[in-house]
Amino acid sequence: MAKFIQSLANGLNLGSIYALTALGYTMVYGIIRMINFAHGDFIMVGGFTLFYLIPVMLKMGLPAWFAVFVAIIVCVFVGVMTEQIAYKPVRGQGSTTALITALGMSLVLENGALVLFGSAPRNVPPMFNLPAVAIGSVTIPGTTILTLVIGIVMMLLLTLFIKYTKLGRAMRAVPEDKIASTLVGINVNKIITITFAIGSGLAAVASMMYTTSYVSIKNELGITLGLKAFVAAVLGGIGSVPGAMIGGLLLGIIEIMVKVYMLPGTYEAVTYLILILVLLVRPSGLMGKKVNEKV
Amino acid sequence: MAEERVPVLEIKSLGIQFGGLKAVNDVNIQIYPGELIGLIGPNGAGKTTIFNLITGIYKPTTGSYMLCGKRMNGLSTHQVVQEGIARTFQNIRLFKKMTVLDNVRVAFNKDMKSSLFQSIARTPFFWKEEEETTKKAMELLKLFKLEEFADQRAENLPYGKQRLLEIARALATDMKLLLLDEPAAGMNPVETDELKESIKMLREKFQIPILLIEHDMSLVMSICERIYVLNFGEILASGLPEEIANNKDVIEAYLGKEDEGGEADA
Amino acid sequence: MPKKMKKNYLICIIAVIVGFLLLSLLFDTGILGKKSAYFNGLVVIGMFYTIIVCSLNLLTGYMGEFSLGHAGFMSIGAYASAIVTTLISDQVKLPSIVLYLIAILVGSVAAGIIGFLVGIPALRLSGDYLCIVTVAVAEIVRVVLSNFGIPAITGSATFGKSFAGIAKVSDYHYVYITMVVCIFIMYCYIRSRYGRALIAIREDRIAAAASGINVTKTKVLTFTISAFFAGTAGAIYAHYITTLVPTYFNFSKSSEFLAIVILGGSGSLTGSIVAAPILSALPQLISYVVPAFASYRMLIYAIILVVVMIFKPTGLFGGREFSLPKLLEKFTKKKATEGKE
Repeated sequence: MAKFIQSLANGLNLGSIYALTALGYTMVYGIIRMINFAHGDFIMVGGFTLFYLIPVMLKMGLPAWFAVFVAIIVCVFVGVMTEQIAYKPVRGQGSTTALITALGMSLVLENGALVLFGSAPRNVPPMFNLPAVAIGSVTIPGTTILTLVIGIVMMLLLTLFIKYTKLGRAMRAVPEDKIASTLVGINVNKIITITFAIGSGLAAVASMMYTTSYVSIKNELGITLGLKAFVAAVLGGIGSVPGAMIGGLLLGIIEIMVKVYMLPGTYEAVTYLILILVLLVRPSGLMGKKVNEKV
Repeated sequence: MAEERVPVLEIKSLGIQFGGLKAVNDVNIQIYPGELIGLIGPNGAGKTTIFNLITGIYKPTTGSYMLCGKRMNGLSTHQVVQEGIARTFQNIRLFKKMTVLDNVRVAFNKDMKSSLFQSIARTPFFWKEEEETTKKAMELLKLFKLEEFADQRAENLPYGKQRLLEIARALATDMKLLLLDEPAAGMNPVETDELKESIKMLREKFQIPILLIEHDMSLVMSICERIYVLNFGEILASGLPEEIANNKDVIEAYLGKEDEGGEADA
Repeated sequence: MPKKMKKNYLICIIAVIVGFLLLSLLFDTGILGKKSAYFNGLVVIGMFYTIIVCSLNLLTGYMGEFSLGHAGFMSIGAYASAIVTTLISDQVKLPSIVLYLIAILVGSVAAGIIGFLVGIPALRLSGDYLCIVTVAVAEIVRVVLSNFGIPAITGSATFGKSFAGIAKVSDYHYVYITMVVCIFIMYCYIRSRYGRALIAIREDRIAAAASGINVTKTKVLTFTISAFFAGTAGAIYAHYITTLVPTYFNFSKSSEFLAIVILGGSGSLTGSIVAAPILSALPQLISYVVPAFASYRMLIYAIILVVVMIFKPTGLFGGREFSLPKLLEKFTKKKATEGKE
């Protein structure tokens, strides 16, 4: 039982990282129908920012977690630049071009990081020094709880933002009908840019959560984490915000449980197998809407 | 008597429901050999949905339909075509990046015999069949005066010619029944006249029955032998063109009741 | 066969023979001296890349669907062929050509079967969803290969996470002929009723079905053929490199293949034939001279890829085919008119 609770906590921890990353995929997909392969790499960028900035912060006598704010700025900058330089010109060129461009940007960031930082893994210094919490016979590290809390808070904030603010409403309107949105006075380009900014900002937060829990980062982080998070987004129904959250948490728990109770080496295979099964049975995911082609 | 012959197409109380909406409900249509039947009705009445049901794109929720006495429910689109129903589309669906010739040659595919091995090994049979197919396709193009465009991409054809190419492609499937979905839509009067001539020529040459959806009333009235009127997914009236033209319900459906002052569609 | 076709085929056959003789001249006479083995390797790499890139182009260019999992099919071909040839060479000593043929056959068929099995359910999906399923399949294959080391069935080869001691039978003579045959088969497939049906599906799935084409069957067939040739490339790779590591066949490798297809021109086999050897062998050649280049290679590709997408989304050849006979025709006509003047 103790092992189970421990695993559940770990699963939720990993799951909230997936969920936050999946949100980035789902928001962008929802608005421009494009798999932003580069989203995972934004997290890698955030990770390296933290790696280089935490020592600087400490030297300046500031708390280490101040680096997160800089990471958010860096990630938002990279995200918005990616959108403006690469994605905006190919918008309207069809899904094929969009997919390849996104893949290309992912490769640019991944290999750019390879050139800049090399291929060796780096350990990000700890940002928080929190005591572990004991629940009965189970001890859960403070960082795990913190990650969970931050993850839940971010998801709540995002849900409230999308539901109740004017900007959030516009973000929901654009995917429904771009032309109609323009007609009612929404600046579609601006909304898309803002979506990218929010997504990349979330990526920075995800990178903080990732590095506090897993410490080591390298240039390929974007692919491994990004693909999983994308799976989570599809699992929940791509384009659906609550779907991404549920999909992420579910995937995290499944992976940890498979790792602990079944074959440890194959949990990734299980992840992808689940993805295939979900797509075959219910292509629109757990919370997604079904779309019919008009003849 | 017409009623004693086996109908080419017999639709029996066909219906489909999307969510709570009965898009098509209890529709009965018979088409006999050689007939040209019009299917008219206001926008959104369910005409194209009937085509989609007959060609296996949608699965009917109720009723059945038969081609020459053979039950067709549950067949997928390509199987329906194998059985002998060919169609065109309201919003022209050509293979845009393929040549005009290839657009037609594709439709001969189902009757071609070259196996995968023969195609790859380029056996004499393969070449012979390719040559024959090209010849047949060119003959069809000639019927519609499209032969000079054979090597052009379909997307580069003028609008009216694209419609004709779609009909040529449908004919290539060697069908027993042809469904035309608003072939005159978006055509100028000259093109419409050309189309009328083409349809007449088709009937004389192939003697196939045609079911025609059309908004151009003068076209429908002048060439169709019988007309079905569809409104809100149900058959409102059927009969000879002059009967339909004078039918009170039909006029009401199109023009609205006098006090409502609706818009005319035709 | 039409007369004009006969002439074109003849020209192509001559070009193929000339290519073969040229390679022979370079490597069999030993004029490259010590570096011969190195360049020999580059040529083999260029050739198996050509096969797999062409096979991927079948999907991307002609079927209009993406696979980001072709490295997975390649790894199936590589491992399956390597296991069989290793088992065989432990029992009997076969001439290398026989071993090579067995490897090609086993690798291709194994990948083809898996492609077929994956294709049947997966091809109900299309677009982004299908693309993601191919990624998932390749990842599953990779994870399985990394975790379940093939038990040591023989003494001579070490099985497990890395698979070493595979017979080096991918001689460039054989590989050249294999490549030509593979390309010829794919070319004939596209230029037949099957290919026409395939392109029709790419252009408009519903109109294709309404023209009597069995969409699912055509798609599954193409997917199987594509996986089959990815397996061929895998078998060649395994028997050239002699040591297999599952991590080689990762997502990055699949993206690299796709990038080459796109840069060469999606829907142009000749584009792939030109792009694959250049983009696979040239960077290696440059990093041979300037070692630092190796880490820049993918970055440069990626930047080019994005730039090409922005300015010329159709790629190098943009769906058109380059035709040697036509080029010759133009050339000779020019000569003829010049002669008259």
